[in-house]
Parts: sequence; structure tokens; C-alpha cells
Amino acid sequence: MSPSTEQRPPLAEFWDNLRAAPRRILDTAFRGGSPSTDRTRSTFVFGNVFLHLHSARVHRWTLRWTATAGLGIATTAAFLITLVTGVLLMFYYKPYPDVAYQSIKDIHFVVPTGRFMRNIHRWAANVMVVTVILHMARAFYTAAYRKPREFNWVIGMGLLAVTLGLSFTGYLLPWDQLAYWAITIGANIAQSPREVTDALEITEWFDPGGFQRALLLGSEVVGEEALIRFYLLHVMILPLVLVGLMSIHFWRIRKDGGLARPVDADQRLEPEPGVYPVFTQAPEKTYQLAAVVEGRTPAVGRGPENTVPSMPHLFYAELGVLMLTTLICVALSIVSDAPLKELANPSVPENPAKAPWYFLGLQELVAFSAFMGGIGIPTIVLAGLGLIPYLDRESEGTGLWFGGPGGWPLVKRALVVGFGASILVEAFVIRYGWIREWFPSVGQLVVTVLNPGTLLTLIYGAYSVWLVKRYRSTRAGALGLFTCFLCGFLVLTVVGTYFRGPNWDFYWSPSQWPRH
Amino acid sequence: MRLDPEPLPRRDWLGLASLWSAASALAFGFIGAMRLPKAAVVAAPSKALKLTLPESLPAGEAFVPPGRAMAVFRDGEGVYAISTICTHLGCVVKPNAEGFECPCHGSRFDHAGGVVKGPAPRALPWLQVRLANGEVHIDEGKTVPSGTKAKQA
Ligand code: HEM
Ligand code: FES
Repeated sequence: MSPSTEQRPPLAEFWDNLRAAPRRILDTAFRGGSPSTDRTRSTFVFGNVFLHLHSARVHRWTLRWTATAGLGIATTAAFLITLVTGVLLMFYYKPYPDVAYQSIKDIHFVVPTGRFMRNIHRWAANVMVVTVILHMARAFYTAAYRKPREFNWVIGMGLLAVTLGLSFTGYLLPWDQLAYWAITIGANIAQSPREVTDALEITEWFDPGGFQRALLLGSEVVGEEALIRFYLLHVMILPLVLVGLMSIHFWRIRKDGGLARPVDADQRLEPEPGVYPVFTQAPEKTYQLAAVVEGRTPAVGRGPENTVPSMPHLFYAELGVLMLTTLICVALSIVSDAPLKELANPSVPENPAKAPWYFLGLQELVAFSAFMGGIGIPTIVLAGLGLIPYLDRESEGTGLWFGGPGGWPLVKRALVVGFGASILVEAFVIRYGWIREWFPSVGQLVVTVLNPGTLLTLIYGAYSVWLVKRYRSTRAGALGLFTCFLCGFLVLTVVGTYFRGPNWDFYWSPSQWPRH
Repeated sequence: MRLDPEPLPRRDWLGLASLWSAASALAFGFIGAMRLPKAAVVAAPSKALKLTLPESLPAGEAFVPPGRAMAVFRDGEGVYAISTICTHLGCVVKPNAEGFECPCHGSRFDHAGGVVKGPAPRALPWLQVRLANGEVHIDEGKTVPSGTKAKQA
């Protein structure tokens, strides 16, 4: 006798369904059921649109703390934090000159938890800039940009640019003195190709500088048009671009067969810990897919696979990094408030007028030539970074820290060269000045071409060419150059941040700044 | 198997038409969008300015009209105005005993606005000045060669 024909009270079935509803809602949300077995853990990943950006299984090499230091995830985490707090700030922020300043003041002093949200937003943005730079350095030093990951490195450069763009556009929004003058300088850096076109006297016909500035400001002055443009970029355009690029970035990691690891990763790993069953035999699979999937599929023809399910191993680790990042941002927000200076005053510059800290290295260079420091050298550096994976076609050392010819000893020497050259050049300039002070009548083009920035670039470039010859390896040259630029960035940023005072003069400490 | 070329099937024609219409719509849309960010009339504060110099202003001493980025001078040869927008990156320079100094990256200028030190690529521009009924009319939008001083008619 089947149950349906059984005589039951009229509402029994309805009652049963009602009671079962919560469990069924959960069951249908996680299509594969609860992730408790190997198979359901896989379905858990690829049944979920967000998690499916990950692969269902992950190599044990990747899960080691030293493989990535969790920096990419920390960057993602910082971005998520800015996203949430940023949306909350939008409830009160009003993008109109002067009103904007008042609304930030309201957020800071009147809105409950407003100051806390603002602090977290500001700190998470700073943390994101730090982690994205460290993450790039990690990818570089482990030679993770090599085939087939070249293009993901290029996507990464896009992410770096958008991250800096987000910070820069956000800097204007409070409409205080700090913001106003940083943006004035920024917009004029956009206009600085005029330094060259003016010197060649062709600005009348060809004026990319003027065009860029007009595009950014929408007016001749930093005013309401500029603020609404920066606001739109900050809350809409750049975040969308960032999310788009991030999706591609993650998706490609998966399609590239997970993170880079050495060919002999399996031998290098200690025996598996036994917390959870690991694939140790080449699995029984049909390889029809191999005809469709390009590249070296990691499983084909190789022995121990050494992978574990992403759920829970990878996801819990990611959650851990997310929580750690949150903790750091919250702690920083408790001890230190986001700055807010006086209301913007277009006729009296903040003195010294400093950009956000990660641009102070560039500001140091800009103090010699606006075009070279603000556009020329950044372009050279970005182009050089982007080319790395296409010039270094070697395979030695992929997936290993400081992998490749030369290795850590080379990086150590490059650190000495990098710090030495930048400190010497800075010390010379601070002590003796530069061309304009010796020959006031010299043409602008001379200074544009010959300034401390180009000098440093030249020294670093020559050193790395020498390394390429000495080790007969492009990777060796790249190791040297990347390390040198990192050192230069650090030295210039520290000088710009701590040793420059009013009128951009050198001071050993802010306590010596003249009072005015 | 047919060897003679098939006539273009209806469906392909539709496909091509949609492809090209989409491509040209995108192209035109892009051109339009590129025109949008630059308004035909750009909102900017007025550049013309009328003022009277204080009687007591010493020769060669700067008078800075409130809220304006310029310094106005009077000496034996006439009245003249120098823009105080730094030619480097647009900070507002301050008149001092030697000429002008810029707070942002340390450019220094002499009394006539010529570059003495620092990153500024050009001299500070002189602005057009006209005198009428004891008033000074200055147009920030118009520059004149350095050394042009307006004399009382
Ligand atoms: C918003 C900025 C970025 C985010 C959120 C991000 C996120 C990530 C994440 C989560 C990973 C997985 C491995 C890890 O956690 O380290 C990764 C890998 C990678 N990223 Fe990024 N990234 C960003 C920017 C960059 C930049 C600036 C570069 C370099 C120019 C870059 C190049 C790479 C490469 C080459 C890999 C693959 C590494 C490997 O296979 O070992 N990324 N990224
Ligand atoms: S803006 Fe005047 S020196 Fe840079």
C-alpha cells in the first residue's frame, strides 16, 4: 500500500511541508547538499557562482603560508571592507563644494558610528595600497608571472592602476585643504605634457596635457565639476572596473591550473599531514576533456596529485585572512582618526601641500620636472613592469622565492645598489641643488631630460643590463631592476613623507619646521 | 557535396547586419560620449576685476586682492599685475622680499616673476592692466609681455 492512499488527517501533509521548509530552503540554496564528503564538497564549489571562481580542489603547495603570504586575499579583503564602509558613507556624503566638507564633518562628529566608518574606510584603503604592492612583489619574486600566467600579470597591473586611482579620487572628496591642493597638483600633473609641448612651441596645435586636465576637471579650476567627476569615478566607474578586472584575475588563476608552483613541488612537500584525505594517486578520470582544455593539465600523466578540497581548506584560510585584515583595519581606526583639515581655500595653498603618502615619492621627483616625475617615469616603470613576463621566458625557479639565476644573493646586492644609488642622489640634490640653481637660464628641456629621476632610472637600468650580461639571464636583470625600483620608491617616499617641510625644503624632522 | 558557392543565406545576412549595426552604434556612441565631458560653455569664475590700490602702497610692494591669485604693484613707471599661479603645478605663490616663493615644490621667482630656482618651467605671466578714473582694471585671462606697465593717461 503506498503512503498516498493512506488515510491521513487533512492538514498533515501541509504541516509536514511547513516543518520541512527551513531545511529544504537550505538544501535548495546549496544545490549539492551539505559539504561533508569529497564529492559534495566539490559540488559545493561549482554549484555556487561566487565560489566557482575558485577551483574545487587546491594544491597543497599553494596552501603553505609562504607561497602567497595571503597577500592577494588580503587585498581583496581590504577592498570588500572599503566597499561596505563606502556604501555606508554614501548615506551622508554630498558631493558639492563646501557642502561636502560639512557633510564629512557631520559624519565625523554627528553621525553615530560615522567617524568609525570613515576611519575604517580610510585605513582599509591604505592597507589595500600596501598589500597590492606587496602582492605584486610576491608574484614577481616567486616568478609567478611566467607562462601561462603572463596576461594575468598584465591584468594585475590594471588592478594596481585602478587601486591607486581609487585612492586618489577618494582623496578629493572631503574638500578640505589637503584634498584641494593635492588635486590641484594632480590635475596639473595631468597637464604637464605641456612642459614639453611648450618648450617645442607646439602646444597651440597639439595639447594632450590640456585635454587630460580638461577631461579630469571639466572646468578650468578645481570646482564643482571636478568634485562630481571625482565622485563619480570614485563610487561608480573605478569600483566597477576593479570588480570586473578582479573577476578576470581570479578566473584566470583557476584556468591557469592554480597558482604557480615549482615543477618538483610534490617532492618538495613534506608527507601529507593526514588531516584530510588527499589525492595521492593519479585519479581515475576520462581525459576526453584534455582535447578541449589547453595547456598542461596538472593531473595528466603525473603521480601524486597532492590536492585537497577547496572547501574547507582554502575557504577557511581565506576567511582567516579576511578576519585578520578586518582586525588590523579596525585596530588602526580605533587608535588613529582619518585627517580633516580646514575647508578648502583656493587662494592659500596648504604648506607643505602633500599628496597621499604613496605618491610622495613621485612628488619628490615632480619637484624637479613635472612631466618626467609625474608622467614620464611612471610610464617607463609601468611599461617595464608589463613587459617582464614577455622578456623573461625562462623556467628556472618558477614558484620559488627569489627563484632564478642569481637568487637571493643577487637580490641582496641589488638592495645595496638600489638603496645606495637613491640615497646618494637624494643627498647630493639636497646638499647642492640641481641644474636650475646653478644655471638659471638653462632651457626647460634640459631639466626635463636630465633630472634626479632620470638619473636614477639610468643607473638602475645600466645595472640590470650588466646583470643580464653577467648571468646570461633576463630573469637576473629583472630581479635586479625590480629590487632597485622598490628601493628607490621606498627612499623617495620616506624623504617626501618625513624630510620635506614648508616650501618643500629639507628638514631633519617636522619639529624644525618654521612656525608661520 | 556542393562545390558551387551557396548564395548568401538569409540568416547570414541578418547576422552580418546585426554585427555591423552593433559595431557602428558602438563607434558613434563612443564618439558622442567622448564629446560629452567637455561642455561648450565651461563654468568658471569671472576673470575680470576692478580695484583701487590703497594710497599708502609703497613702490614695488605687492597688493594681493582678496581671493585672487595675483599681485598688483605700483612704482614710478606705472601699475602692473603678476599672476601668482605657479607655472609648475598651479599652487599659489607668496610675494616675499626677493620676489615670490612657492610653498609646494620650492620654486622661487624674482620681482619680475622670472624663475630663480626650482622646478617651475616658465616665468610668472604678467596680466593685462588698464587704468580708468583712478581704478585699476585687470583681466586674468589676458597676459602681456613681462615689463608692460600701465601709466595714468
Ligand atoms: C586589487 C588588486 C589585486 C587583487 C585583489 C589581487 C588578487 C589576487 C589573488 C587573491 C591571487 C591569488 C594568490 C594570492 O592570494 O596571492 C592573485 C594572484 C596573482 N596576482 Fe593578483 N591581485 C591584485 C593585483 C595584482 C597585481 C598588481 C599584480 C602584478 C602586477 C598581480 C599579479 C598576480 C599574479 C601573476 C598572480 C598569480 C600568482 C601565482 O600564480 O602564484 N595581481 N591575485
Ligand atoms: S607648484 Fe610651485 S613649485 Fe610646484
